[in-house]
Amino acid sequence: MTIYAAIFYVLAGLILISTGLAITRRNLVHAIVYLIISFFGSAMLYYLFGAPLLAALEIIIYAGAIMVLFLFIIMMIRVDPSTLRPPPLRHWLPAGVLGLIYAAIAILVVTQDPGSRTILETALAEPRVFGQFLFQKYWLSVEIVSFLLLIALVGALYLGKSFAQDTRRRKEVEK
Amino acid sequence: MIVPYGHVLFLAGILFAMGVVCAVARRNLIMMLIGVEIMLNSAGLVFVAAALRWQQLEGQVFVLFIFAIAAAEVSVGLALIIYAYRRTGSLDPETYNILRW
Repeated sequence: MTIYAAIFYVLAGLILISTGLAITRRNLVHAIVYLIISFFGSAMLYYLFGAPLLAALEIIIYAGAIMVLFLFIIMMIRVDPSTLRPPPLRHWLPAGVLGLIYAAIAILVVTQDPGSRTILETALAEPRVFGQFLFQKYWLSVEIVSFLLLIALVGALYLGKSFAQDTRRRKEVEK
Repeated sequence: MIVPYGHVLFLAGILFAMGVVCAVARRNLIMMLIGVEIMLNSAGLVFVAAALRWQQLEGQVFVLFIFAIAAAEVSVGLALIIYAYRRTGSLDPETYNILRW
């Protein structure tokens, strides 16, 4: 086992443990903090797989921007602890059985496929090479994605604005 | 020499299942969005590993687009959650069962 394999297995264990803790916490702030740890592990895996730019973006966008946005929202609203109850067992049984069948088939497919035994070789995509490749071959997709982000911004603004107008109208009707 | 490709697939598969459980089982709108985030992240992991396996940069390019999609989805989703919370005063999806003005 090489040092890279050891790093991979330790990181995989860290990611799985922190994600498992995150999805079972009752306190939402604790869940977010555990998820940030999980995303740090993912970023290191990206680095291990030779994508340093994506590792930096994972920390900046996922662990930084998105999770902080979640934290802001949790601080803004009052979370009722009684809404965190688990569903009854009889709802779980069919979903669990079907999920187990799918999991068994997936394990079978992955273990039987000879391609999945391919050993990954270390390689590095430098940020400069990656950026040139991206903007030379996929510049149109980058533009489309930037347009999508603009639409998301407008949509979020509209949702905030339309609620203010609704409450104003309702108050006028009550008068 | 890192690890076999299948091990990365197993890791991402377990992560994806965790995301599904989080999105389905937790009766809380914010936890459902977090589950979607975990699923997107695990998909990105597979793309990066596949880019390394076939030595093609397209896989990494696609992860960049996944990041952008996740950011857009979270911003609109959280705006919707705030809107629904101001309307009903609750984060439980079971309370959104009345289609009325």
